Amino acid sequence: MAQTNAAASEPTQHPTPDLSHLKHVDYRNIYEPAEDTFLFLDTLQKEREYINNLDPVICLEIGSGSGCVSVFLASLLAPYHALFLTTDINPAANRATLQTATANRIAIDALRADLLPALRSRIDALLFNPPYVPTPSAEVGSHSIVAAWAGGIDGREVIDRLLPLVSDALSERGVFYMVVVNENRPEELREVMNGFAFDMEVVMGKRAGNERLKILRLSRML
Amino acid sequence: MRLITHNMLQCHVKACPPGQSYPLQIRNAELEALDAEFNADFVRRLIPKLDWKVLRSTAFELGVAQLPEECPAEPTEDDLQMIHKVALQTRVKEAEMVCSGCGHVYPIKDGVPNMLLQDHEI
Ligand SMILES: [Zn+2]
Repeated sequence: MAQTNAAASEPTQHPTPDLSHLKHVDYRNIYEPAEDTFLFLDTLQKEREYINNLDPVICLEIGSGSGCVSVFLASLLAPYHALFLTTDINPAANRATLQTATANRIAIDALRADLLPALRSRIDALLFNPPYVPTPSAEVGSHSIVAAWAGGIDGREVIDRLLPLVSDALSERGVFYMVVVNENRPEELREVMNGFAFDMEVVMGKRAGNERLKILRLSRML
Repeated sequence: MRLITHNMLQCHVKACPPGQSYPLQIRNAELEALDAEFNADFVRRLIPKLDWKVLRSTAFELGVAQLPEECPAEPTEDDLQMIHKVALQTRVKEAEMVCSGCGHVYPIKDGVPNMLLQDHEI
């Protein structure tokens, strides 16, 4: 009995998507899920109720890489259905995302695009694990696996390009989750987004090696 | 890419004439039918997001289905099944999407539309 109670009070870990179709050779061209990815998955699981309450119809992930995060979100929200779209500038990532979706019996449309496509409808849940690693500016803008991490000065060059687009892209009730590290200066990001009338909350944090990861949740001020 | 996504995509070439960036015309399409689980509630929530005229003309031009003139105001189970079949089970595998406003061609290869633009188009 006591055992049953203990089990019931502990949140069950939602299974990580099956990625067994991706091999070492694939990870030469796409980002292999790592600590930042898994922290993102943990966060989405923690936020499940919040996301479901938004009644999302359109979800979009920027820079989907292996497809692990979007497939996880889709299976997490099931049996509730939404339209799941992903973008990535790297064609190997578009392919991998579709393979991961198929392997996990999830329907996703993958688009090759730089950040956001031009959509007629607004997005209810936007996800982005950006290239946040500080690098020389010259490394930014690649169409290869380098695009998965090279963030330029302060790791902010791609993030800073996206932030001004978020308000127009998101629906009224929409939410935006983004992974950052301390070098990206999250408090400065908060100020930028406050300027667009968005609130920011740090919903998860973890130290992984020498990265201090944070997951931000951004939504319109009430 | 399924037809639902085509129904939402617009041209984003900077110089594209206003009001002409939608819809993108599908040419030389190779289609495939997906085996996607039917969820009536999802289709119902999706209906307000659809551009019905565009879905109807696209489905007709591609020879997928003959949808009614107007979107059913109170869709029956059969209506929802039909919308599911057209929007969520029809996948464009290979094609070109052409903008009638500026003529930009967005190719679709292996089911992935390439929405990237050249520097001078942004
Ligand atoms: Zn155009």
